[in-house]
Amino acid sequence: MKKKEILVLEELLGSNKKIAADIREKLEEKGILAINFLSSPGAGKTSLLERIAERLKPHYKMAVIEGDIETERDAERIRAKGIPAWQIITGGACHLEAKMVGKIFSEIPADLDLLFIENVGNLVCPASYDLGESIRCVILSTPEGDDKPKKYPKAFTTSDCLVINKIDLIPFLPFDLEYARKEALEMNPKLKVFITSALKDSGIDELVEYFLSSLRNLRQ
Amino acid sequence: MHELSIVANLFEILEEKAKEQKAKKIISVKLKVGALSGVVPEFLETAFDIYKKGTIADKAKLKIEDVPFKIQCQKCQAEMVKDDFVFICDTCGSTDLKTLSGTELLLEKIEMELTS
Repeated sequence: MKKKEILVLEELLGSNKKIAADIREKLEEKGILAINFLSSPGAGKTSLLERIAERLKPHYKMAVIEGDIETERDAERIRAKGIPAWQIITGGACHLEAKMVGKIFSEIPADLDLLFIENVGNLVCPASYDLGESIRCVILSTPEGDDKPKKYPKAFTTSDCLVINKIDLIPFLPFDLEYARKEALEMNPKLKVFITSALKDSGIDELVEYFLSSLRNLRQ
Repeated sequence: MHELSIVANLFEILEEKAKEQKAKKIISVKLKVGALSGVVPEFLETAFDIYKKGTIADKAKLKIEDVPFKIQCQKCQAEMVKDDFVFICDTCGSTDLKTLSGTELLLEKIEMELTS
């Protein structure tokens, strides 16, 4: 019996990374800023996108890719704001992969300014998959607790910005805002932190301005 | 639980390599899994055992090397393992740090039995 050992040193997510790099290159060539929204279910991703849409729609072209295990509900909410939206139904998969985004790539208008990708609600698996985004944005809502950053290290260390949402609920919760901010920044000192309430429509202007300044940088 | 999806990718590579080498079967597979890779080694093992049935790696053994999250301070050059993922130098308090290891999810090597 002849045996052989071969050295491979290949990344297991290499094929996803390759597709993501290709998507990123094409988007950036067209001057489109892609933003990947990551959070646990119910943190307010869609509500934030609705608020962002209200601000961007008069001046910019935005679109949304919605990732969910089931239903077209989120895409319908976005379309109700007059924004084009594609729903990816993963049928059980707990995250989006670059090839899923790649499949609808040809339908994305070339004159778009911002493309938001709302990932499947889950703070674990989506963090391992690059979708070709320019900005990864993790959302933490106050009812989840201020100790979450260190419990979900990958989501917080791979993100560019952190949105702490549902800040209007702080009076009713044992949520220490400064502690949450400190936990996240200790793991990722480069994180840009935004404090919002999608429900009360507060803190959204700052977040939108961050996306727009990133768009300007991309097009420079 | 995206480990099954990762194992599916692993098998794509395994089958390709086995074909290249004209292997009869795969004896063992060695992975390197970083502490900050976002996957659970135990789930990878379970997924591997489910997936391998009826494939060229039917009897293969999966070996996983856990790689700690290691960083180096760019100010004082100290190297340290960070189990808590806190990006602050233990020695000088700087936040100017470089990741040395711990984010990888690699297929390192494959041991196979050849046809001739």
